[in-house]
Amino acid sequence: MKADRLRGAAASTKAPTGIAGFDEITGGGLPRGRTALVQGGPGSGKTIFSLQFLVNGARHFKEPGIFVAFEETSQRIMANAESFDWRLPQLLRKQLLFVDAQPQPDLAQSGDFDLCGMLAGLEAQAAAQKTRRIVFDALDIVLALLPDLAARRREIYRLHDWLLRRGLTCVMTLKAAPDEPNSVTQQPYGFMQFMVDCSVILNHSVVLGVSQRNLRVQKYRGSQYDENESPFVIGKMGFDVAIVRLLGRADSAVTNERVTSGVKRLDTMLGGGYYRAACVLITGFPGTAKTTLSGAFADAACRRGERTLFVSFDSDGTEVIRNLSSVGILLNRHVKSGVLRMASSRTVNGSAEMCLVRIKELAQAHGTRCLVIDPVSVLSQFGNEITAYGVAERLIDWSKAERITLVCTSLSNEISERAEDDTLLHMSAMADTWIHLNYLVQAGERNRGMSIIKSRGTAHSNQVRELILSNEGVTLADIFTAGGEVLMGTMRWEKESAERVAVEVAAVARKLKGVTLDAEQAELGVRLKAVQTEFIAKQIEKTLLARTTASRKAEVLRGNVRMRELRGGDVAAPRRR
Amino acid sequence: MGKRSIFKFQLFVAADSQNSVQATANLGALCRKYLPGRHEIEIVDVFLEPKRALAEDIRMTPTLLKTSPRPVQKIVGNLSQTQRVLDTLGLIAGAA
Repeated sequence: MKADRLRGAAASTKAPTGIAGFDEITGGGLPRGRTALVQGGPGSGKTIFSLQFLVNGARHFKEPGIFVAFEETSQRIMANAESFDWRLPQLLRKQLLFVDAQPQPDLAQSGDFDLCGMLAGLEAQAAAQKTRRIVFDALDIVLALLPDLAARRREIYRLHDWLLRRGLTCVMTLKAAPDEPNSVTQQPYGFMQFMVDCSVILNHSVVLGVSQRNLRVQKYRGSQYDENESPFVIGKMGFDVAIVRLLGRADSAVTNERVTSGVKRLDTMLGGGYYRAACVLITGFPGTAKTTLSGAFADAACRRGERTLFVSFDSDGTEVIRNLSSVGILLNRHVKSGVLRMASSRTVNGSAEMCLVRIKELAQAHGTRCLVIDPVSVLSQFGNEITAYGVAERLIDWSKAERITLVCTSLSNEISERAEDDTLLHMSAMADTWIHLNYLVQAGERNRGMSIIKSRGTAHSNQVRELILSNEGVTLADIFTAGGEVLMGTMRWEKESAERVAVEVAAVARKLKGVTLDAEQAELGVRLKAVQTEFIAKQIEKTLLARTTASRKAEVLRGNVRMRELRGGDVAAPRRR
Repeated sequence: MGKRSIFKFQLFVAADSQNSVQATANLGALCRKYLPGRHEIEIVDVFLEPKRALAEDIRMTPTLLKTSPRPVQKIVGNLSQTQRVLDTLGLIAGAA
């Protein structure tokens, strides 16, 4: 309860700008009922920032606003704002008023003056409109007309007092020296720094021909804020301030759901495929089939009916489709059905920041669930070296928060000593799964090898596989290791066929041996039978012999008795002997 | 612009702020000296009549608005630089 109330109070002290990223940096927006100063060189986006503050206030927070234009006319500002998706005309008259206060170029001036006339007019309008927000754009223009510093200071304090009395949330913009945005305290209006409650510095510089924009909150009374410079871009919705990691969004819901990589054996190697909302990095030298592997993923995603965005920096979308169709990955049908959106560097270009914003916009418009960026290493080229790391980090953060499965390819430097070279983006450290593709040159052949360097939360195979591209698609093959050497391509085939022959020979030999043994066994069986028969014969012979011996004995005895009877001798006499 | 034409002025002031009071005094003195008998001055307080100030695009006070003779002219400031005012209005310092 108490915490809720405290939070509510904290929130009400800030007026949300609705500018993506800025409210996060400042913990809720600009100080409510106070004055904020926005400074920057020409073209740094001061007018856009302050107008966006009013537009969002009027549209989303029910806070009507007045835009006081000292430099550009309101017509020009409105015309310029047409390039944004702000639907400005809807808001005009009721929620958003423009007041032109440009001094006429031929303005005759005699002596000192003050801004009471403007404030009186604004007072009347503010009362009628129930104004909550107000912008003084390019206040320095009118201040420059005042004869001395004391008069300028007096008018600024007059303005400030009026704003505080009215309780308006105000943004004042001032030009800052383009070269030294930090030296504002040295400038004629330096004292404004101390008067306002919040100060924002916009910086626009060109690094190696690439436009880079930065925003920094210099001070914010009574509030915590991110003190670092944050890159921003001006996109279709106006300002988009890049923020690395938002508390509360950092731990996006983790899932165990798997999505197929599009290559069956690779899924097996990864224990089922990539994780949903994971970031997969595919590194490799030029021509190692990085695009093909990511194309297989896109094809599989589209076949599941998941909306997919394929960002190709190297070649045009149609070229990618043609090239992939040669290896059996047919993406054209998905483009026709609207599931797949191809984007090339024609639609995604500019600085790394700008690319990220364009990718986000395209992904959002398309309702993307699977995203391929081929190659992501482009982001670190051409003057983007410093910002690219942050961009890559935010790309991953964003895709995780949006639960988009991200597959990025990255070009390795061929000259590099390390085969598994990391790109400037250091994406390999942030990626969940890192697949490296390599060439193995051997016996006059160049074959593609694939290995999984890491895959978080997944038991994965440690073996290098050979990646085979055919017109039926992508397949993986086991590789042979012989004598500590890895065999691929023809050598693998030779080895395979040699092994096949060896297996056949062994099978025949086994069969032959079986037959021989059978024969031997049969022979032994026959011999066994013969011996058995002989044995029985001997037994019979033996019995016969015994019987004849017995009958002969009896015959002899009978003969003796008979002889004795015939001779008439005593029968018992010979027995006693 | 005939020499005898009547100058009509509207002076937009911010209540009794220092510059406004000065402008009122300066304008009165200037008219008495250079346009005796042929000037009309209307003092408009922007705090009392903000709508009128808005309608005339008055942003800074004091502002002197000359509605007649044509062309309509505006002079911003407390009118302390008399020569500047005379030049703008097309009056020559020694002409009176």
